[in-house]
Amino acid sequence: MKFIHKYGSPKRFYALAGRLVPWFAGITAILLVSGLYLGLYWAPPDYQQGDAYRIMFIHVPNAWMSMMAYTVMAVYAAIGYIWNIRLADILAKVTAPLGASFTLTALVTGSIWGEPMWGTWWVWDARLTSELILFFLYIGYMALQASIDDDRRAAHASAILAIVGVVNIPIIHYSVYWWHTLHQSASISLTSQPKIYATMLIPLVVMSLAFTFFYFTMLCVRARTEILWRERHTDWVRKLLEAKS
Amino acid sequence: MSYGMFAAMRAVFSRELLVFWRRSTEIMTALVFFIMVTTLFPLAIGPERHELMLVAPGVLWVGALLATTLSLNHLFASDYQDGSLEQLLMSPYPLSALVLSKIAAHWVLTGLPLALLSPLLAIQMALPMKAVGTLVGSLLLGTPILSLIGAVPAALTLGVRGGGVLVSLLVLPLYTPVLIFGAEAVAASAGQGFASVAHLSLLGAFLALALSFAPWASSAALRVSLD
Amino acid sequence: MSPAGPFTVKGLSCVRGDKILFAGLSFELGAGEALHIRGPNGLGKTTLLRALCGLSRPTRGDIRWGGIKVSDLAEEYTADVAYVGHLNGVQGELTASENLKMADRIFGRGVRVASGVKDALARVGLTGLSDRPARYLSQGQKRRLALARLLVLRRPFWILDEPFTALDAASVLRLSSLIGEHTSAGGLALIVSHQAFDLPGVRDFELARFCKVRA
Repeated sequence: MKFIHKYGSPKRFYALAGRLVPWFAGITAILLVSGLYLGLYWAPPDYQQGDAYRIMFIHVPNAWMSMMAYTVMAVYAAIGYIWNIRLADILAKVTAPLGASFTLTALVTGSIWGEPMWGTWWVWDARLTSELILFFLYIGYMALQASIDDDRRAAHASAILAIVGVVNIPIIHYSVYWWHTLHQSASISLTSQPKIYATMLIPLVVMSLAFTFFYFTMLCVRARTEILWRERHTDWVRKLLEAKS
Repeated sequence: MSYGMFAAMRAVFSRELLVFWRRSTEIMTALVFFIMVTTLFPLAIGPERHELMLVAPGVLWVGALLATTLSLNHLFASDYQDGSLEQLLMSPYPLSALVLSKIAAHWVLTGLPLALLSPLLAIQMALPMKAVGTLVGSLLLGTPILSLIGAVPAALTLGVRGGGVLVSLLVLPLYTPVLIFGAEAVAASAGQGFASVAHLSLLGAFLALALSFAPWASSAALRVSLD
Repeated sequence: MSPAGPFTVKGLSCVRGDKILFAGLSFELGAGEALHIRGPNGLGKTTLLRALCGLSRPTRGDIRWGGIKVSDLAEEYTADVAYVGHLNGVQGELTASENLKMADRIFGRGVRVASGVKDALARVGLTGLSDRPARYLSQGQKRRLALARLLVLRRPFWILDEPFTALDAASVLRLSSLIGEHTSAGGLALIVSHQAFDLPGVRDFELARFCKVRA
């Protein structure tokens, strides 16, 4: 609890995050470059899909991150709501657009992946449909936050929404997958993807780690901006801005 | 104390019905919308019975779902504006119990009429007779879930700009499981898939889940909105 | 009326957005006492009352009823409070007497006395209007209906936010005497009002003392 109180103050987090950003950014860059190299050159072409499958190395990590980010966002929001910790509210608010971007990337890359195979830009594949619904969950969260002026009420209201959402995600996921199998003409599925060989697993893991560190980097950057804005009337922020100019 | 609580819940329930009854135009909104949907679809798709039959379960369910979404705004908004909602939070009885009464009254006034009207609209959409029973059953199970789940976004958006549209956006992802299983149940008994009992039992399970979770979540949401 | 514990507030502070409305606010109110909270508009009087009712969560502070923290008491505390805020809490579609009867059933403790409703309406001067839908009442009449609820519920602690709004001079006098009767019988009253009113023994409380002056 002491730890939380120590770093729970936005001012302290601002300093801590500032020190961490270069490290996170550096790790992200290294992982991204190696992941792309491994995925685009090192891994062999797929037996069925040729080189087209390589977009999986962006699609899958982003899909994973989109789910993880929502869960993390709900956890931050719940902590902020239950224990009234402003930093947790800030982290939740800032995670939402990042999660939404991961979801959007997953949707777009999924659509691109599908096009050479099915000749259309959208298929109601189970995962894509699930991602689309998740995208709406994110947009709803962000819209609710944006429409309430008072920061604390906005944070608490969206916390409740996030908690309801996170409880519903497994149910939605299950329902969509079930819906898909029911109507499946076996061909329409990105999820019936090529068997994952070790050569594919390694780039996948590296790319997933890359996007995870990307999330941490952007979390720190955006959280710092949000903290500056919220604390703009306090002395320490004014001194900071004076020092910069 | 519990005698008092049930009496209070009954009072909230009957007050809702009384108020709604006197504000008669609002009852019609959801029903009229539902009727409009099933009238417009055949006009848009064409009168070919075979085609209508294929989409009937989906169209009927989506119509009921959208009609319920439209009516969610009536759940708390007017009480919020005249101050009775505030007073409800000052009640000596648990807020979740009173909110459950409000949601129950809302369902009796929107979901229940939709379910009871659906056989007529099923005929318009050329749904086979054998599926009508499942249609009514799925709506009787499903619409309370919609009212329960919908209460949370309705409570969160009180007094907020763009509240009406925002509620629809917030509620859409949460409604998808109910829609999937509800429409599937009807399609199944219309002969397009497996037996519908499984789907209906799953809807029943969702209902139980919603009953235990939603009143608590919506009272928390109401307290946040009235902070 | 059940014996009313003293109401104590210590070190209360409320933050709205990034503004500290007030801090370190403390006072005590015992049975039979009334407090008139004064201050210019926008200072946070309504926020204060809502925090004291339990509708709002204050940022910091200790609020006790009968020695026990209000947050621990939860519904037992709200059972003792009758709050009349800016909004009347009157349902337009119901008649005046229906509004009060419903309030009694929903908020009361089941001591249903039909004459209580008639009596309450008489004491606020709404006798002839008891069977009209409330939306046909004037602003002042709706306010009086909201205040009639206080008489029906018979709670020991009255928290009133600008109760005299829209009331004519005669009604102001009537309400002041109702509050006086309430405190004489051992009840407590907390009143925010920018209007002057005559109530023997009422203490004044300046909110401005606890508000930080913004630079």
